[in-house]
Amino acid sequence: MVHPYIPNSVPDIKRRMMAELGIKSVEDLYSDIPEEIRLKRRLNIPGPLSEMEVKRTVSEKLGKNVRLRAIPFLGAGVWPHYVPAVVEEVVSRLEFLTAYTPYQPEVSQGLCQALFEYQSLICELTGMDIANCSLYDWASALGEAARMAARLTHRRVVVAPKIVHPERLETLRTYVEPAGMSVVQVGYDRETGLMDLSELEEKVSGETAAVYVENPTYLGFIETQVDEISDIAHRSGALLIVGVDPISLGILRPPGDYGADIVVGEGQPLGNHPNYGGPLLGIFACRGDTRFVRQMPGRIIGMTVDSEGRRAFCMALQTREQHIRRERATSNVCTNEALCAVAAAVYLSLLGPKGLRRLCEVILSLSHYAMKRLSELEGVEAPLFRSAHFKEFTVGFRDARVDEVNKALVERGFHGGKPISREFPELGEAALYCVTEVHSKRDIDGLVEALREVLEA
Amino acid sequence: MSFRQARWNEPLVFEMGFEGRVGTLLPEVDEEVKGAVGEPSKLVPERMLRREPPNIPELSEVEVLRHFVHLSQMNYGVNSGRMYPLGSCTMKYNPIVNELLVRDERLAWAHPYQDPDTVQGILEILYTLKTWLAEITGMDDVSLQPSAGAHGEFLGVLIIRAYHKLRGELELRREMIVPDSAHGTNPASAVMGGFKVVTVPSDGRGCVDMEALEAALSERTAGLMLTNPNTLGLFEDRILEIADMVHDVGALLYYDGANLNAILGKCRPGDMGFDVVHLNIHKTFSTPHGGGGPGAGPIAVKRELSKFLPAPTVEFDGEKYYLNYDRPHAVGRVRGFLGNVVPLVKAFAYILSMGPEGLREVAEVAVLNSNYLMNKLRRVRGFSLPYGEGRWRKHEFVLSSKTLRKETGVGAGDVAKALIDRGFHPPTMYFPPIVEEALMVEPTETEPLEELDRFADAMAEVSRQAYENPGAVRRCPRNASVSRVDEVRASHPKTMCLSWRMYKSRLGAT
Repeated sequence: MVHPYIPNSVPDIKRRMMAELGIKSVEDLYSDIPEEIRLKRRLNIPGPLSEMEVKRTVSEKLGKNVRLRAIPFLGAGVWPHYVPAVVEEVVSRLEFLTAYTPYQPEVSQGLCQALFEYQSLICELTGMDIANCSLYDWASALGEAARMAARLTHRRVVVAPKIVHPERLETLRTYVEPAGMSVVQVGYDRETGLMDLSELEEKVSGETAAVYVENPTYLGFIETQVDEISDIAHRSGALLIVGVDPISLGILRPPGDYGADIVVGEGQPLGNHPNYGGPLLGIFACRGDTRFVRQMPGRIIGMTVDSEGRRAFCMALQTREQHIRRERATSNVCTNEALCAVAAAVYLSLLGPKGLRRLCEVILSLSHYAMKRLSELEGVEAPLFRSAHFKEFTVGFRDARVDEVNKALVERGFHGGKPISREFPELGEAALYCVTEVHSKRDIDGLVEALREVLEA
Repeated sequence: MSFRQARWNEPLVFEMGFEGRVGTLLPEVDEEVKGAVGEPSKLVPERMLRREPPNIPELSEVEVLRHFVHLSQMNYGVNSGRMYPLGSCTMKYNPIVNELLVRDERLAWAHPYQDPDTVQGILEILYTLKTWLAEITGMDDVSLQPSAGAHGEFLGVLIIRAYHKLRGELELRREMIVPDSAHGTNPASAVMGGFKVVTVPSDGRGCVDMEALEAALSERTAGLMLTNPNTLGLFEDRILEIADMVHDVGALLYYDGANLNAILGKCRPGDMGFDVVHLNIHKTFSTPHGGGGPGAGPIAVKRELSKFLPAPTVEFDGEKYYLNYDRPHAVGRVRGFLGNVVPLVKAFAYILSMGPEGLREVAEVAVLNSNYLMNKLRRVRGFSLPYGEGRWRKHEFVLSSKTLRKETGVGAGDVAKALIDRGFHPPTMYFPPIVEEALMVEPTETEPLEELDRFADAMAEVSRQAYENPGAVRRCPRNASVSRVDEVRASHPKTMCLSWRMYKSRLGAT
């Protein structure tokens, strides 16, 4: 068939090329494929469809999604935030979008510089010295951070809080177990949700490679004992790994401020839509000591000069990486989430320090307004912890099943928070709600009214 | 034809801007909300408040847009440039329509924790894609979770691990065999999965050395990781024997799908005896690579390994699509959420655009283009085609510029930079490591004959120049945004500069 994506699919062209090679059929080029394994039928897939039909098909399928009145009040590691038009324009530029990894720095200065800027912006935001140019997501970045901590400390245990995203915990375990490492968890104060420091003291030992803490935590409140946690970790010679929502760093203390050795986090909210959970952007930053630098996973862009002494950029420290070091590499990562990192750089450049601070204030106002309004409902408690919260918070239901509440909310055009009763049975019937700047007062009021109807029904 | 890349001398974003400028406006908070919650910064405990604002520049929207557009103009993409024959990366044309499809708000704002009943459309696309990928690879089940090829390799290795563990043999089976021509990710992934790497050499035909493989296989072998066609672009034609040998010692056979483009619709890894396969959606299925991602690296497995695929899997009960978390034998997940949905939706659209005939045409023309170009380039003075004498290549081939280097001092890296000046993206250099002065060329099916001829002419011209004036070649590129970049300086502990912070502290030190 002659196809628009295949210029040489024209029979006359193929004949000319085959004549040049002295063959009669393209099959001759496949003559070394054993007869037994040749596919003697057509693949059982539909198509080919015209561009118009492809568009229609995809659009019809997406039409089967339920149309909601407000963006879902869901977060838990993928958060809805507005994506400015300039971000979308930049990541649509074909020179960025359709490039490969910058193996040839001379023709890839644009991407290299944008990624260097991303790394630098992440450093400023987190208070760390260096950052790589992305990993897959927060969870896998945590896995890589734990393995790096083990290489640096020659210890094998990671201490993590009980209040942690279950998928992040599972990913952490997946990454560390083949390295002979294990994860132990530390409980929390039932009243505040904060980490139980005496239990932390007990569990941290000479075997501890790293203590992991998240801020804001998975359940949305702010962990205020970070200095104490940092002390406990460092006193035993363990590293402190901090997991962050980068948006929160517009108003919260940067982890570098309280002694973080490695910072990981989810960069998706910086200029990337939720997109049903992917692509995401794994943030990875750390201290600048040489021994840290040498053990970092992933690609890092460095500033250098060209042969005429002009400023230039290229991939640095490639001798850590799989394509040079093979089985002795610090990680196997190759393709990462570069374009999402470019989006993050554009996003942070647009917001600036004041915009980011202001965004945090808008989020705080709206999330607290939502908590307040929801708590006014009979049988609803929000939040369940007596702690300060950022954009996410727990909502407890005294007399209703959270799954049923959510089904009924969808019927009214709203999507409630993520049910967490199975993850934290001790919290009863509860959900994790997320409110950001994309939710207007009207959206929140609408949610509250819908919930009132549901609970009264 | 002449190529001049933009040269904007663009400052770093940190060197731009003016205090007080803003790049975007945020919605005002409603008075009633303000009244209800008060001063927002009071909602954060004093000891957790950020004392100093982050040192991020203050820019207007205009400045930000121009800055990044200028940067984009100093970058090279397959849709905006020319032929991009980066071997093993399958840099084919990235269809524009697929980009428009994924901007749909019904996808963009969909959250992974939505009730599956509210995202039946997305789940249907993902489920259908799964069945198509199984059909294309000849496998039985698919996980869409991994974010990239190497991520898929890691998951595949974990599945091999889980298989042996369930059989009580993991303690014994500590070795993963990898050919010396393999992608660097293979040995790195095997080690991440807790295995020891055993390397087997290639024979003169460019395939796995069967005697060495026989000697390497034992009851300690967990698996063999193989790329077919391999990185030399040669088909491992004794694959059925290899599969038997691997299975006879109780090990599993892993397929690195980086080179699947060559055999789409012609033959399938599943029929060759592979047990686990990873795919590179951003190679074979035309989704743009984004300068290093996002891609997607689904894995496909045979039925007996299906139970090890990580939760959740996208399933269909005959009526509704749903996420299955109830998977007692599953290995742990390798990331949060479902996978890189956006590239997966683009792959869905691509497969629809191609259909069975189109995919077969992709393979055939990719292989025809590759052999046509190989046939021209092998005759260019200074280049040779090591391994597999007299054999046709598949989607790519590896030239050696060893002779050119010896006779003129111009190496593979110099040839690459000289190609840049002629408007082409260079081939992959110095890989695979078994070829001296390697240039790995993969034209793909999306290049017209005229472009293949122009590339061949450019290579001939570079060779001529190397013999006449080697110094001129070694001074390339002249037409890119910068001249030859000092990569050693970028990595040297004394000169290394990895962030704006490091740059400033360095300035302070001098």
